[in-house]
Amino acid sequence: MEHKTAALAEADRLMTVCNSCRYCEGLCAVFPAMEMRRSFADGDLTYLANLCHNCTACYHDCQFAPPHEFAVNVPKVLAEVRNDSYAQYAWPAALRPVFRRNGLWIGLACAALVTLFLIGTFLWNGAEMFSAHTAPENFYALMPHNVMVALFGPAFLFAILAITMGARAFWRDISARDMGDGAGQAGIDHARAGHDAGALTYLDGGGDGCMNADEQTSDNRKLWHHLTFYGFLLCFASTSTGTLYHYLLGREAPYPWWDLPVVLGTVGGIGLVAGTLGLLRAKLRQYRDVRDETRFGMDTAFIAMLFATGLTGLLLLVLRATPAMGVLLAVHLGVVMTLFLTAPYGKFVHGIYRYLALARYARERRGALGAQHA
Amino acid sequence: MPDTRSPLDGTWDVLVAGGGNAALCAAIAARRAGRSVLVVEAAPRFYRGGNTRHTRNMRCAHDHATETLTGPYIEEEFLDDLMRVTGGNTDEALSRHMIAESKSMLDWIQEQGVRFQPSLGGTLSLGRTNSFFLGGGRSMLNSLYATAERLGVHVVYDAEVVALDIEGRTFRAATVRHGDADTRVEAAAFVAACGGFEANIEWLKEGWGEKADNFLIRGTPYNRGTVTRMLIDAGMQQIGDPTQCHAVAIDARAPKFDGGIITRLDCVVFGVVMNRDCERFYDEGEDIWPKRYAIWGRLVAEQPGQIAYVVFDAPNIKRFMPSLFPPVEAPSLRELAEKLELDPEKFEATVTAFNDAVVGGFPFDHTEPDGNRTEGLAIGKSNWAQKIETPPFYAYPVRPGITFTYLGVKIDSQARILTGDGNGTPSDNMFAAGEIMAGNVLGQGYAAGIGMTIGAVFGRIAGQEAARHGA
Repeated sequence: MEHKTAALAEADRLMTVCNSCRYCEGLCAVFPAMEMRRSFADGDLTYLANLCHNCTACYHDCQFAPPHEFAVNVPKVLAEVRNDSYAQYAWPAALRPVFRRNGLWIGLACAALVTLFLIGTFLWNGAEMFSAHTAPENFYALMPHNVMVALFGPAFLFAILAITMGARAFWRDISARDMGDGAGQAGIDHARAGHDAGALTYLDGGGDGCMNADEQTSDNRKLWHHLTFYGFLLCFASTSTGTLYHYLLGREAPYPWWDLPVVLGTVGGIGLVAGTLGLLRAKLRQYRDVRDETRFGMDTAFIAMLFATGLTGLLLLVLRATPAMGVLLAVHLGVVMTLFLTAPYGKFVHGIYRYLALARYARERRGALGAQHA
Repeated sequence: MPDTRSPLDGTWDVLVAGGGNAALCAAIAARRAGRSVLVVEAAPRFYRGGNTRHTRNMRCAHDHATETLTGPYIEEEFLDDLMRVTGGNTDEALSRHMIAESKSMLDWIQEQGVRFQPSLGGTLSLGRTNSFFLGGGRSMLNSLYATAERLGVHVVYDAEVVALDIEGRTFRAATVRHGDADTRVEAAAFVAACGGFEANIEWLKEGWGEKADNFLIRGTPYNRGTVTRMLIDAGMQQIGDPTQCHAVAIDARAPKFDGGIITRLDCVVFGVVMNRDCERFYDEGEDIWPKRYAIWGRLVAEQPGQIAYVVFDAPNIKRFMPSLFPPVEAPSLRELAEKLELDPEKFEATVTAFNDAVVGGFPFDHTEPDGNRTEGLAIGKSNWAQKIETPPFYAYPVRPGITFTYLGVKIDSQARILTGDGNGTPSDNMFAAGEIMAGNVLGQGYAAGIGMTIGAVFGRIAGQEAARHGA
C-alpha cells in the first residue's frame, strides 16, 4: 500500500508483523483495533498511532524488537506517526511548520508575549507596577478586568476554533470505515472514550503499570499525568469560577484564600507543578530506543508551559500583596496567553486526538461485539 | 585497580545451564529454598530465554474456570489429550506426575510475577485449556528474570557451558565460556535446562540427512545441544532420536532462524498443496486445526527440495490468520505457476484434476469436517474441498519449520538425570528440565502449550530437588 510518509510505511510494516503475532493484544487498545483490520491505510495508522499511549510495554515484550532482524519498535514508530498527525491536521495550514521546531517556536512565543505584557503593564502603569497593591482591587489596579477579557477572550476563542477545525479533519480521516449506525449510540461511545481518556485506562501496560526506563513496570507517568491534567482542569475551573463570580454575582477579585477560585487555583497549581516535574523526569529517563527524538522539543515545551503556568500562578497568589505582584502578573498573563495561542500548534492537541481515537475505538468495539452476538 | 574477577566467580550451590522458562523456574525454586544459584545463559541478554521468547501459553490442569480460563480442564482430560497426541508414546507415570504438578503451577507461576490473559484472537479453541501470557513469552520471561534477580539469583549472559566434569554419577564442575575466558564453575548440583539441539543443523542431519539443510528453525539460534551431547557422552541415558521434533509447514521466505510465530501458515485446508513437481502428496482435508497444523512440516520434509506450495483462490484469502509475507498472487493459474517457477502445464493440470473431482456441495465450514470432498483421485481431499476457480489465485511457498526437538536425556520423577548403566540409576546431583528432557513426555506429537508445562513443572521440581541434593 502507498503511504504519504516513511513513518506511515514503517507503521504499516509493523502492523503487518504484529497482526500475524498478536501476543500484545491484552496490553492496550491498539492491538485489538489492529486485529479488526487486515490492511492499513494512512487513516487507519493515524488512528492506531493516536490510540497508543506510549506505555512501551509492547516494545519490551516483543521477541522481534531490535536487534532482531524484524526490528519491531511499535512505540517509537507510532510516536512518529502520531506526532506527524498533529502537524498534518493543524489549522490553518500555514502554521503547520510550527511543529517542525516546536520547542523553539513556543519558547520564542512565550518570550515575546511575556515581554509584551511586561512592557504593556509598565507603559500603562509606570512605576506603579513595582509597588505593593493591597487595596481590594489589586490586580485590576494594574490591568482592568475588561482589558484582560478583551485580550484573553479572543485568544481563547481562536484556540477553540483552530483545535475544532483540526479535530474535524482528524475525525473524518480516521472514520473512513464508518459503520453508519446513526448517532443514537454515539453518546455511549463518547462516554466510554471520556472515561478511558480521563482514567488513562490504556496507560498501564495491561494492568501492572507502564514501562519507561527499562522492562520493569515501575513507571509513574499515570500519576504525573493525572496531577497535570486534573491540575490544569482545576486551574481552568478556578478562572471560570472567577469569571462567573465577576459577571453573575458581581463579586470581584481578589478573593480570600478560602474562596472557590483561590482554592481551585491553588490545588490545581500545585498539581500542575508537581505533575509536570514528574512527567519531565519520566521523559528524561525514557528508554532511548523508543523515543521519537525529533519531537523532544515539542513534548518538553508543552510540559514547560504547563509548569510555568502553575508556578507563576502560585507565586502570584503567594506574593500578591508584595511589590513583586506587578511583574508576576505580567509574566503569568504572558505565559497563559502563550498556552492559549499555541495550544493548537503543540502537544496540547494530543489530548483531543487521543480522545477521538478512543471514541472511534469504543464504536468499533461495540460493532465487533455486535457482530459476534449477531 | 580494575576488577579482574569473572562474574562467574563465587561459591554456588546450584548451577543452572540455560535461560528460558525451565531454567528460571529451577533457579527461582532453588533460590527460594535458600541456595545460592548461578544461571549461565549462552545467549546475549536480548535473546535470553531460548524458545520461551516465542511461546504464548502453557497448558495446566485446573478444576474450575478462572478469570482467564473459560472452564475446567481436569487431570484425566489432560492425560487423555497427551495420550492421543503422542499415540501413547510417553512415560505415563512421569506424565501423570507432570499433570498433577501442573495444577499448582498455575498459581505458582503467577506468584513469580507472570501475568495471564484470556486466550488470544484466533485461538478460541484453547481458551479453556491453555493459559496465555499477557504480552507473550518474552513478557513472561521478563517477569521471571525480574523475580529471580530480586531473589538474588545471579545471571550471566553470553555464558556457554563448553565442558562438564562428571565423575561417575556425580557432577563436579562445568567449564563456562564467557567472553574470551573459560572458567571452571563448581557447584553442588547442576540443572541442565538449556533447550534442544534444533539450531545444530549437523546434528539434525544425523536423523534427516541432507534434507535438514532446507529446514527453517523457528526459534532461537542458540539451541545447539552442546550440553545434551556432553551429558550423553558422559554416560547419561539418551531419550528420543534425532528425527523426533515438532515441525510445521511455515513460509519458505522466513529467515533461517528465529522467525517465530509470524511465519506460520494455516491455510492448507483452503486449497491444495503440491510439491515442486506440481503433484499433490497428502489429503489436505484430513483433520481440523491444530492436528493438521503439526503434521505438514514432516510431510513437506519428505518432498523433493523440502518445499511445497499451498494454492487457493480469491474467496479464501481472508479466512485465516494473516502472516508476515503476502501470498504470491496472479490473475491466472498459469501465471501463478510461472511466478512460482513451476511447470505451468502440470500445475494447471493438477488443479483441473482436483476441481473436476470435487463433490459435496455443502456450505463450506472450516471449523468442522464439512463433507465437501473429492472423488476418484489417487490422493483425495476428504473435507473442505472447493474448486479453485475464482481469480486472483494465490500461493504460499512452504518449508518445514522446526519448533523444537525431543532427543534429550532421560529423567525420573525428581527430574534427576538417569545414568546409562542399564538399571537407569539416577545421577547424584544432575537434573534436567524443559526441552532437553521433553522426549520423556513427548515420544512424538504435540499439543499447544505442553512445552511450557514441561519446562515450568520440571524446572520447579529440578530446582527444589537440586536445592535438596546440593545442600
